[in-house]
Amino acid sequence: MPDKKIRVLIAKPGLDGHDRGAKVIARALRDAGMEVIYTGLRQTPQMIASAALQEDVDVIGLSILSGAHNTLCARLMDLLRAQKMDDVTVLIGGIIPEQDIAELKKIGIAEVFLPGTTTQAIVDFIRQRVAQASAASQPHRSAE
Amino acid sequence: MTDEKARKVSAAAPPVHASPPPFASPRKPSPAEIGWEESTLKPALANSPDRLADFTTVSSYPVRRMYTDADLVGWSPERELGLPGQLPYTRGIHPLMYRERLWTMRQFAGFGSADDTNRRFRYLLSQGQTGLSVAFDLPTLMGYDSDDPLSEGEVGKCGVAISSLADMEALFDQIPLADVTTSMTINSPAAPIWAMYLAVAEKQGADWRKISGTLQNDILKEYIAQKEYIYPPGPSLRLVTDTIEFGAKYTPKFNPISISGYHIREAGSTAIQELAFTLRDGIEYVENCLRRGLAIDDFAPRLSFFFNAHNDFFEEIAKYRAARRLWQSVMRERFGAKNPRSWALRFHAQTAGCSLTAQQPYNNVARTAIQALAAVMGGTQSLHTNSLDEAWALPTESAATIALRTQQIIAYESGVTNTADPLGGSYFVETLTGETERGARDYIAKIDALGGMVAAIEHGFPQREIADAAYRFQVAVDRGEKIIVGVNDYVVDEKPIETLHINDSVARTQTDRLRKLRSERSNDEVARRLDSLRRAAAGEENLMPHLFETVKAYATLGEICDALRQPFGVYQEVAIT
Repeated sequence: MPDKKIRVLIAKPGLDGHDRGAKVIARALRDAGMEVIYTGLRQTPQMIASAALQEDVDVIGLSILSGAHNTLCARLMDLLRAQKMDDVTVLIGGIIPEQDIAELKKIGIAEVFLPGTTTQAIVDFIRQRVAQASAASQPHRSAE
Repeated sequence: MTDEKARKVSAAAPPVHASPPPFASPRKPSPAEIGWEESTLKPALANSPDRLADFTTVSSYPVRRMYTDADLVGWSPERELGLPGQLPYTRGIHPLMYRERLWTMRQFAGFGSADDTNRRFRYLLSQGQTGLSVAFDLPTLMGYDSDDPLSEGEVGKCGVAISSLADMEALFDQIPLADVTTSMTINSPAAPIWAMYLAVAEKQGADWRKISGTLQNDILKEYIAQKEYIYPPGPSLRLVTDTIEFGAKYTPKFNPISISGYHIREAGSTAIQELAFTLRDGIEYVENCLRRGLAIDDFAPRLSFFFNAHNDFFEEIAKYRAARRLWQSVMRERFGAKNPRSWALRFHAQTAGCSLTAQQPYNNVARTAIQALAAVMGGTQSLHTNSLDEAWALPTESAATIALRTQQIIAYESGVTNTADPLGGSYFVETLTGETERGARDYIAKIDALGGMVAAIEHGFPQREIADAAYRFQVAVDRGEKIIVGVNDYVVDEKPIETLHINDSVARTQTDRLRKLRSERSNDEVARRLDSLRRAAAGEENLMPHLFETVKAYATLGEICDALRQPFGVYQEVAIT
């Protein structure tokens, strides 16, 4: 039975319109065999949470270069929790000062990818995470 | 004029150029060169072959192992090169270039509140920068007040928060607009922001006929690359034309537009695409102004341009030279401009932000220096150099100072300012200039064939070209075909550097200020002005006088941009990945 394709939502939260990174990642993930939905620009955390739910994604990739990451991520993680989407992996890429990374991880961001990250590193991370999540949620099988 | 009519006018315009670039002859090696290939090159290659399979520019344009007279067969110095300050302006737009006057050292700055930025402005001026350049925050860029729900988390983070004339007054406190030139990087709300600037100038007693500066105000590149659009193309172009028309009449020394390639390049385009899309945007603006009934020589001298200064030294120099040569041909042949000041392309350059690394940030000082040098050797009129912490945050004061010093070192210590167009006549640079010009003309012809730039944008053409180029570049980097020092080679473990941190107290201060403003102004007057603006926007009159009165009543930027959303509508892009 073929593996279910990993579903990824690539989102641009907030007012920032710099979408080069988001688009490159979207294409790279598609090339790596994932199902990618790109939200387009200027999404509120509410819009992203709704899209993630509707599209039943495994991963949300946020692209933020505006410095608004703390506010936007906190908002989004609250909404995802309210929607009981704790099993969704949330990643962020962009311009994130080193000192903010620990706090972002504390609120549930799985990884922060800084400028210079290769697309392969992101592909590998996602595959690994989704595999882990899938293994963790497998029902215990008795011998057949 | 309806969109349909406008498109017909565009399609009826003559094809790109009456006289295509004359020289594109195939390479013709001389007997001496052929001899050299046998006696010198072949044994050298046999001994140790090329380091790489391909040698290409940053834009992946192939570069030959050397350039000789063989590459310039048919090239004429009179036709292709000319002399400085003379057609075709390849060598620069002034006869003396930097011997007469250095480029303006104009560092882009802005963060937090107007007071914070005012302090940074006065610091940079005290350190020898010769012009101001304002960076606005995202809410301001998108026409939202600091206290708008959509502004949450964003106030003052990417630039200065300006929500009203009161903020603009604070921004230029102790800065005489009569004596200092200011560039403002603002696009969708350029017209109301400019109205605020003009109001500050009036308050200070500065003569509008003498004040100088630049408004970026280039909406087409927003749809293509930077994506800071509010309204659809039609109404947005009307606003741009309004500002150009108003400027031509009232502020003859002010550049009402900075037709930009910087952002197109940052989005991942090649150098040729950057040049082509920028100049084609320029063509579109000129056509709009002509349709308005303006005479070409009345406004064309004040069109200004803005290019990227990226890593590949010679590719960039060739690009600036090709830009000047191409634009004079557009002005003269396509539009029949008669004033030499309409022919001469003036530009500001900024070193490439996208090339700077988060890893080993001090390396960025070297990158910025090389890029700045290219801009100077390419004849720029104005220059911003990025700070070493570009990939981490807005610049600290010390990082911003090093960036400024980089320009000063080039100006006073490197010797490149002693002569105009130092690389003129170089086999390599002249060949590359010609190839860049040809490549740009091809793209311009393609866009003409699509029905113009607005049509091309609706087709997704420039956006797709840019996305493809960006992706190709990333693939090359990921494969190690393009080396980025510190990122995919020469990688080390490192500790983070100190960076500028902007906290949310700015948002709270702005919210208080706005509350105070709304309670102290005449809200009746504001309502009257906004109403008048809305009605004028639904018609065809120039909106600048309305905007001027509206900002003076202390209507906020958000209120103004919102009032315009009704008659103009909003733009939704179809995302191309």
